[in-house]
Amino acid sequence: MMDFRLFTRSVLLVTEKNMRIYYYKGAVVIFGLLFPFIMFLTFFIGRNLDIIIFFPAFLGMMLFFSSSSTGPLITPWEKREKTYERLLSLPVTLESIILGDIFAGSLFGIVITTIVWIGGSLLIHLPLKNPGLLVIALLLGAFTFAALGTLLSSPAMSNPSNVMMVSNLIRLPLIFISGIFIPLSQLGDWEWMLTSLSPLTYLVDLFNGAINGNAVYPAGLDIIVLVIVTLLFILSAKLIQQYNLSKGI
Amino acid sequence: MEIIEADHLSKSFGSFKAVDNVSIAVGEGEIFGFLGPNGAGKTTTIRMLTGVLTPDTGSARICGIDIHKNPLEAKMKMGIIPENGTVYSDLTAEQNILWTAKFYGMDSISRKKRADEILSDLGLSERRDDIVRNFSKGMRQRISIACAIVPSPPVLFLDEPTGGLDVFSRRLVIDTIRRMNDEGSTVFLTTHNIEEANELCTIISVINKGKIIATGTPEKLKKSFDRANYIEIAFEQSVPKELFARWGISRAEPHGDKWRLYTDDPDQTVKYCAELADLGHLRILSIATSTPTLEEAFVQLTEGR
Repeated sequence: MMDFRLFTRSVLLVTEKNMRIYYYKGAVVIFGLLFPFIMFLTFFIGRNLDIIIFFPAFLGMMLFFSSSSTGPLITPWEKREKTYERLLSLPVTLESIILGDIFAGSLFGIVITTIVWIGGSLLIHLPLKNPGLLVIALLLGAFTFAALGTLLSSPAMSNPSNVMMVSNLIRLPLIFISGIFIPLSQLGDWEWMLTSLSPLTYLVDLFNGAINGNAVYPAGLDIIVLVIVTLLFILSAKLIQQYNLSKGI
Repeated sequence: MEIIEADHLSKSFGSFKAVDNVSIAVGEGEIFGFLGPNGAGKTTTIRMLTGVLTPDTGSARICGIDIHKNPLEAKMKMGIIPENGTVYSDLTAEQNILWTAKFYGMDSISRKKRADEILSDLGLSERRDDIVRNFSKGMRQRISIACAIVPSPPVLFLDEPTGGLDVFSRRLVIDTIRRMNDEGSTVFLTTHNIEEANELCTIISVINKGKIIATGTPEKLKKSFDRANYIEIAFEQSVPKELFARWGISRAEPHGDKWRLYTDDPDQTVKYCAELADLGHLRILSIATSTPTLEEAFVQLTEGR
């Protein structure tokens, strides 16, 4: 039977290490803020759109990008620097490393997105219909997409640039099929089908419900989908990393 | 009491069997040397013993705790220097040590005190706040050792801890291993440096091609190779090899300006050499009987297997 206290401590210490080494870097913070911001401006400028209606989608995109941006690189970096074996030899388990990576990504995503939400509230007087739902969306969305980042770091690659390519290949298309640039309520049947396959759709819908009160799906459904997807990401990451370890470090 | 126990550990990577049915028992307070040539299976074994790799078959216990069933509890009992001795390059020397100490539940005061102590012992006090990225290999290895010993663990696993180090760093590492052992830590050391094993270890196992082929104290291992007893003799004149094909000399090898004569009966061989010199009017410059070195025992054990 695993000692829960030791396990929790190992998760928090892996999180601390990740924050110190991989997230507290100017370039990472700037990239985390700038990339989604520029993406949004590219779409928004020159079109006669209501910023209040589109802001929840922007928040969803911020949270998605910031939570999943650095996670894919951590394990490949550690394998390349040969610190992965040092980490594994400390009082940790594979599960605590995976959860530590997810917590670090989540924290980063939550901080960045909160800054953007505060900025939005001050500058454009963003409404807030359901504060509780906003908190749930923030926490759950951060955890889901940090788990996606950790899953993307799991294949046996030690070259961060290869990982980044695969990561962007998966993350970028998700933005276009998640009701970010076109509201879910304006989508046709087949487009609706497509968007329902993306977990980001449900996060954007939660933000829509929390901020504007105009969600398409019931909040409960969004939450259940995100929880299931998160569990699948974590389980897949664990199985892949376990398989890789069985083949050596 | 056995502190490190491995029962029938095996591990394959694809069709390659890296470790084949290895069993080990290391008693409390021992310095156990795990010797073997490159690729023999030393690192794979240590990785299974420390819970980094899961064995295909077999089990391992540290202080009686199964490393694969209760990894966190077992790892709390050990400090490890992995192969290459890597540490986090983006952290300072002190941050690496303090972060590691947190895993072992040390409070902030004892963490700080122990880090001060170790940094001073390892000659790194003045570099404590420097980022490790700028350190030399020897200094990084010292930080790696500092991380391993910070919790004063009952068991220390060291994978090639002196590989590629300069004389000063190597001496510091060896002294630290000895001190930790004096303070009660059981040490498991993999190396292919025979002299290091001879100098440090109380018991040695030799592994080759994934299998343990000999175990014993360094002296016992050396003595088990009786046929490797030899005498070394130097003549003033050059002497043909054929001259030594008598008196139970199993092999004669030139070693610099000397001949090394392997024999089961060194006394008789010395007498024969004196006779030979007398009859052939040869002048003996030096003559000495020798027991085999650990290196010779190791080479004989591993060659041709």
